[in-house]
This record gives sequence, C-alpha cells and structure tokens, in this order.
Amino acid sequence: MHEITEHLVKNFEGQLPHLPGSDLNWVEAMRRSGLELFNDVGLPNTKMEEWKYTRLRTLEDTRFQPVNEGNGAAKVDQLPTLFTGQKEIPRIVFVNGCLRTDLSDLDNLPDGVLVHSLSGSLAYDPVWVRSYLGRIGQMDSRPLFALNTAMMNSGAIVRVRKGVIVKSPIEMIFVAGLTNVPVAYYPRNLIVLEENSQATLINIHDGLGVGPYFANSVTEVDVGNNANLRHYRVQTENLEATHIGSMHVRVANEANYETFSMSAGGRLSRTEAFVRLEGEGAHCRVNGAYFMKGREHCDNTTVIEHVVPHTKCREVFKGVLDDEACGVFQGKIIVHKDAQKADGHQLSRALLLSDKAEMDAKPELEIYADDVKCSHGATSGQIDESALFYLRSRGIPDALARNMLIRSFMAEAFEEITDEKVRDAMANLFMHRLPAQCFLSEEWTRDKLSNE
Amino acid sequence: MGAITNTVAQVREMTEEKYKYGFVTHIETETAPKGLNEDIIRFISAKKSEPGWLLDWRLKAYRYWLNMSEPRWQKPQFPEIDYQDAYYYSAPKSMSDKPKSLDEVDPELLKTYEKLGIPLHEQEVLAGVAVDAVFDSVSVATTFKAKLEEVGVIFCPISEAVQRCPDLVKKYLGSVVPYTDNKHATLNSAVFTDGSFVYVPKGIRCPMELSTYFRINAENTGQFERTLIIADEDSYVSYLEGCTAPMRDENQLHAAVVELITLDNAEIKYSTVQNWYPGDKNGRGGIYNFVTKRGACRGRNSKISWTQVETGSAITWKYPSCILQGDNSVGEFFSIAITNNAQQADTGTKMIHLGQNTKSKIISKGISAGRADQTYRGLVRMGPKAAGARNYTQCDSLLIGDTCGAHTVPYIESKNKKALVEHEATTSKISEDQLFYLRQRGIDEESAVALVVNGFCREVLQQLPMEFAVEAQKLVGISLEGSVG
Repeated sequence: MHEITEHLVKNFEGQLPHLPGSDLNWVEAMRRSGLELFNDVGLPNTKMEEWKYTRLRTLEDTRFQPVNEGNGAAKVDQLPTLFTGQKEIPRIVFVNGCLRTDLSDLDNLPDGVLVHSLSGSLAYDPVWVRSYLGRIGQMDSRPLFALNTAMMNSGAIVRVRKGVIVKSPIEMIFVAGLTNVPVAYYPRNLIVLEENSQATLINIHDGLGVGPYFANSVTEVDVGNNANLRHYRVQTENLEATHIGSMHVRVANEANYETFSMSAGGRLSRTEAFVRLEGEGAHCRVNGAYFMKGREHCDNTTVIEHVVPHTKCREVFKGVLDDEACGVFQGKIIVHKDAQKADGHQLSRALLLSDKAEMDAKPELEIYADDVKCSHGATSGQIDESALFYLRSRGIPDALARNMLIRSFMAEAFEEITDEKVRDAMANLFMHRLPAQCFLSEEWTRDKLSNE
Repeated sequence: MGAITNTVAQVREMTEEKYKYGFVTHIETETAPKGLNEDIIRFISAKKSEPGWLLDWRLKAYRYWLNMSEPRWQKPQFPEIDYQDAYYYSAPKSMSDKPKSLDEVDPELLKTYEKLGIPLHEQEVLAGVAVDAVFDSVSVATTFKAKLEEVGVIFCPISEAVQRCPDLVKKYLGSVVPYTDNKHATLNSAVFTDGSFVYVPKGIRCPMELSTYFRINAENTGQFERTLIIADEDSYVSYLEGCTAPMRDENQLHAAVVELITLDNAEIKYSTVQNWYPGDKNGRGGIYNFVTKRGACRGRNSKISWTQVETGSAITWKYPSCILQGDNSVGEFFSIAITNNAQQADTGTKMIHLGQNTKSKIISKGISAGRADQTYRGLVRMGPKAAGARNYTQCDSLLIGDTCGAHTVPYIESKNKKALVEHEATTSKISEDQLFYLRQRGIDEESAVALVVNGFCREVLQQLPMEFAVEAQKLVGISLEGSVG
C-alpha cells in the first residue's frame, strides 16, 4: 500500500456493498483484482515511460473522497450538450457519478439499441455484460484502469444490435463538481456495436464550480464485423479538475472506428486511446484537438496496434497552448509481426501562443512487419510571423489576425470529424475558448462591415 | 552504368569476404589481472604515469559507479554483463618501452594495420590524413605529428596529452560528459586506457583530416577509450574514427566516451565508420558498442557535426549529442545504421538547444534486415531561452525481410514559442517497383538491393569525407549481404 494512494481505496470494503453489481460474485472478483493491481503498482509516476511527461501532482496533493448520493443531487443549470435546444437527442446523464433520470432522456431510442447505466445493465443482463466488461482493455501496468475497475460506480452501457443503424447521435454526459469536499468518481462505459450496425456516440465530461474533483473514466468499445462507430469525446472539466479518461477499443473485420477527443478544460487531463485493429480491413481514425491556458496540463496518449494484415489507421492531433499551459502528445503505432500491408499515418502539431507554454511530443513507431507504410510527423512553433504580417498589412487588427490564423490552424483537425453537425458544434465550442480579445476584434469586423 | 558495375563488383567482392577484419593477431600482450577493483584502476593509472588528480578522478568515478544500477529502458536485450570477467588493460608487450618512431614498432602490429588497410607508414598515407591507431588499450602510433605541430595542432594519445598539456586535459576532461553521467560512461571514466586528444588553437584550420583507428584484439578485453577534442576560437577540424575487432564467440564490451568542445566560431566535424565484429549469423559473439558521445557548442556561432555509419557490433547503443549553448550555434547529426542477422541497434541523437537562434538538423537512415531490431531514439529539447531556435528531423527506416523490426522513438520538448521544431519519420520496405526496374535490366537481386539502399543513404554518405565515403558505400553492401532471397 502506497501512502499517497491510500485514501483513494481506503474504504473499499465498506463501499463494496453500495457499488453496482455488488450481488454478483464475478464483479466483486474483478474489483478485487483491480484493487490488488492498483495497490501493487500505486499511482503512475514520471519514471514510467508512459507517464514521462505527466506528473499526477493533483492526485498526490489532494485527498479525494468517494462520491455519495448527496453529491449526485447537485444543481445543473444548463446541460452541457453539443446540441443545445434539440430535445429529440437521446442522452444519459450522470452528476457526480450518480444517474440523473430527470436530466436523461432515453425515450427516443430506436429499436435494437439498449442504453443503461452500469448498475441497470448489471441487473438487466449480467451474462451479456460479463462477456465484455473488463475483457477488451488490458489492466496490467495501467494502475488507473485498475483503480477504475476496483471502484467503478457509474457509466453507460450501450449495445447496438446486429444490423441496426442509429441515425441520431446518443450523448453520454458526465457532470461533476459543486461538492463540499474533493470527490473522486469512476465512470465505466461499455459500447458494443454488433455486426453491420452503425452509431454515433458522444461522451461529454463537464465541470461545475471551481472545486477540485477527480474523474477517472474507462470506456471499453467493441466494434463488430463491418460495423461503423463514430465516437466523439468532449472534455470541458472545471479549472481545478483532474480528468483521466481511457478508451480501450477493438475493431473487427472491415469495421470502422472514428474518434475525436476535444480537451478544453481541467487542471490536469489525460486522454488515452488504446485501439487494436484485430480484423482484416479494420480501419480507425483517432483524432483530437486541445486548447489549454492558465496552468492547465493536457496529455493525449494513443496506442494503435495493427494486429492482422490489411489494416489502416490515421491520426491527427492539433493543439493550441497559451499562458503557462503544457501539452503532451504520445502516439504509438505498433505493427505486429505478420500484420503486413499495414498503413499508418500520424500527425501532431502544436501552436504555442505564450513564452511560458510548453509542448512535449513523443510520436513512436514500433514495427515488426516489413510490408508496411507508416509515417509520422510532429511540429511545434508559434504563429507564422509572415502570415500575420500579410494579414496586418491588409488592415486586419492584430488580435483578429491571430484569431484567424488559429482558426485555420485548427481547421485541419476539425475536418477529420466526419459527422457535420458534431464538427460544427465542436469547432464552435473550441473557438469560444480563444482569448477574449478575439471577440472584441470580431465586433470590429461586424462594425466595419455594417459601416460599409 | 560504370558506377553500377563498379558497385556490383564491389558487392560481389565483399560477399565473399564476409567479415574480413575477423582475424586475430598473435602478439604478446601485457594485461592487468582479470576483474575490476581499485587496484586495477591504480595499476592503469600507474602504467600511464598519471598525475594524482587524474587517479583521484578515476577513483571517484569508480566509487560512484559501484552504486549505479544498470539502465533498463533500452530496446536491445542482452544478458547481464559480468564486469569482473574481463581484462581492463591489455597492451602489446613490445609497447612497454615506447617506440620512438614507426621503425621501432613491432612489425606484427604494423602488419595488422596493413591488413586492416590502415597505412601507418607516412609515405603511404592517403594525402592529408593523419592517423592515431589504438590497439586494445594503448595507442600504437600517431602519424604526421610533426606537420601538425608546425601549425600548433596537438594530436596525440590522451595518455600523452596528460603529460604534455595537463592544464587543457584537466580543464576539459569530464566537462561535457561528467563522471556521473551514465553507467557505461562512469565505468569509462574509471578505467579509460587510451584514445585521442586533439587541440586546435585559435584561428587554425587543421590542414588535414585527423583519424583514429580502434582495434580490439586480445580476448576478453573491454576497450574503454576516451577522446577529447577541443576547437579553440575560429578553428576547424575534421576527425574520423574507424573500428574493427576479431571474430570471437564471446561478447566484448566497448564503452567509449567522446567529448567535443567548440568555442566561438569554431567547428568540429566528427565522422565514424563503425565496423566492430557483429557476431555470427546466429547472434553469437560480437561487440557491445555502448558509447557516450557528446559535444558542447560553448561559443557563439560554433558548430558540431556528427556523421556516423554504423554497420557492425552485436549491439550498438549510442546517442551522439550536441549541447547548443552558444548563441547561433549549429548541431548536425547524420546517421546510417544497418543491422542484419541478429544485430540490435538503439541509436539516435540529442539536440539540446539552450542558446538563441541555435539550429540543429537530424537525418537518420535505418536499415533493418534478417532478424535484426533497430530503434531510432532521439531527443530535441528547446530550452526557455532558445528563442529563434530551429530543428529539423527526418528519420527513415527501411525494412528488408519479414522478421526484422524498426522502431522510431523521438522525444520532442519545446519550452519556447519562438522555437520551431519539425519532425518527420517514415517506415517502409524496399520499393518493389525500384527492384523490378533494376532486375529487368539484368542486375541480380542482391546487387539491386545494395543499389537501392545506397540511394536511400545518399544524403548521409555525402557528408563523409571523400576517402571514407567509398569505404562506407562498400560497407553498406557487405552488411546487407545474405539479407535477400
């Protein structure tokens, strides 16, 4: 037992009866194995290669308590949705790790789509859940995954049956904050797309207030043969939040998996994507954008494994760093032996707006097959001075010119989102976080245009 | 077409030769007792009649080393090294009373170098190359000394430099690679036996290429050479090292340290053609090449350029690096690493940008064949004061055969918005189209591969001094021998 991690699992035995699936032996066994692993390894530290650039200082300094039902009743003024005002979008909402049926709306779900909370699903169809839960991701050497397994207390289980094509996106919303003491909560999601099905899912993690909390989320995804999943993720936690979110994905024959992670909040956040292309013809697109300011730290870590021949992946991550923010990108493409004809492409680009901002990138290729085509690129730098000069020389004020250049820089990332509605909503959300003077300059353009 | 037939002929010639440097020279050697302890270090120090401060430094390093653990982060895997099962000093016996000139050198030794194709007799020397030859633990001969001294360039074994210019050695030794740096560099600091020392005084452009040939001959010896090159203000020097070793079944450790220092407006060009014995087809034997090479661009507008052709060694594990301290200083790294059969390599560079407007360029070409495994590992760090700094990195890997591996692990850290970092990497196999094109013109497969690979490496080969570019091209051919078909 490590001293600094003790508080996170201190009352494990006492909590066990209140956690989802407490009546199922296999769930308890799973939790115990997670606890054991977490206790063995402790918190990740910067000596571990995967955590070289991210120190979990907030977890070392703050004593987080488990959430209770009272926390779940926190008042949510405005639901953080990508589709404001659209009522027909099915959504499942959790506040501080508690399901909020008053905010959720699952009435419009088409036939063949099942969306439950973790505890609901364990009660409804435990046998089916057992065949997936904890079997997609690898817990070894990932202590925070193990911690989630031990403590999982909320989350959504989504199942799309064979051949079902879901037109409307489904939102899974997690709101946290407004608690008296710092709390920790552990959503565990499971998304299963059966053969020939299609769906668009959006995970939203949002924060309320200014108090610290710890969100440790794990999402397991299984994309069946010839299925197509678009899985988007928005992280807008509050200023003091610590957010660790990992996705563990396996993609079967001729299946498609597309993900886009936007990070625009959190004191310390890390988004991990572990994708295994396990079927021939599998294809994945793992993309992301981040905008960090103040002293925020954002880490995007991805591992894409080409396990069988004829698989393809594409990865684009772009970010803007202001003030004293720190960005980290660690991308790894592994091509297993015999996974011939693998095609992998990875790009990481960062724009530094301030002298104190920092970017650390580690794009990795690990290749054991010869007939492959893999490449990666990484850049970091400031706004192109000559482009800025060009705009300024045409009478565009400095702040607006900068704003325009940031927009065009980010556009390349947002273009990777294939769902148009989501793309616009995400880009909009992002642009609203740009420095305030940009809005002033937008007013300037409006005034100027109206004068003319 | 002339060039092609030439290359084909060379490759064929080489194919038959396999590792042609694998012979052993039977020569009486004087060795220190097996194992490593403070007495051995005192023995080495006494052999070299070193001043007290150097012995103290060695002992300090040794005591520090005892508490260091083996690094574990690297990709190559190898059995634990038994540091007690090696000789730390081995010298040809006839060297005990130092020869005054080449005529006094043991003819057996001279023959060895002749076989290696390294002409020690000055009249035969390629125009403009001065050679320092290191055999096991001692330097056997340095050529062209007089001519170099005319212009004030000091080029001699480091053990001699300790006697001749102790102030310089004392000032710079360990200033780039401190004795606490890493396990192998610390070991080297404790037991280093010989190596080259170069000092180029202010305003001098060294009139010829300097060169060192290293050879490990004796059984069970480790070679720990230490090279120190100082380029004073406004000076320039080009330095080349080459290495070979006999074929032996056991692994031999080569843990060298190279330190380069450039002051204002100075430039050092350091080229390596490394062809230590790579072990046999099944990975038995071969040299462990664990080298710490680092240069410090201390002065403004100074430049350090590393070029390496790594074809030998069972394991190559090194990162020739540049610390760009002076404003406007430039660091370059050009590398070809070829691994075949069971060879492993984990190599790359570190570019640490500290000064303003510093620039660095990294071009790395890796070729992996057979069951070999190769990693490019590099660090580019832009410090908070490195405004206007710029880096461009390109690493390409070529895979030949479906049982080899090629990995790229770059670390890019930027703490300055005015610094621009660009990194690109690709991994692919030899283009079928190119091979087909060559094959349909009647070139056999192996030669075609050699040609394509030579083209792939061209950017780096061009950086080598003329005389060695030819040799390196041939090496590329031989190293890949047996990798196709």
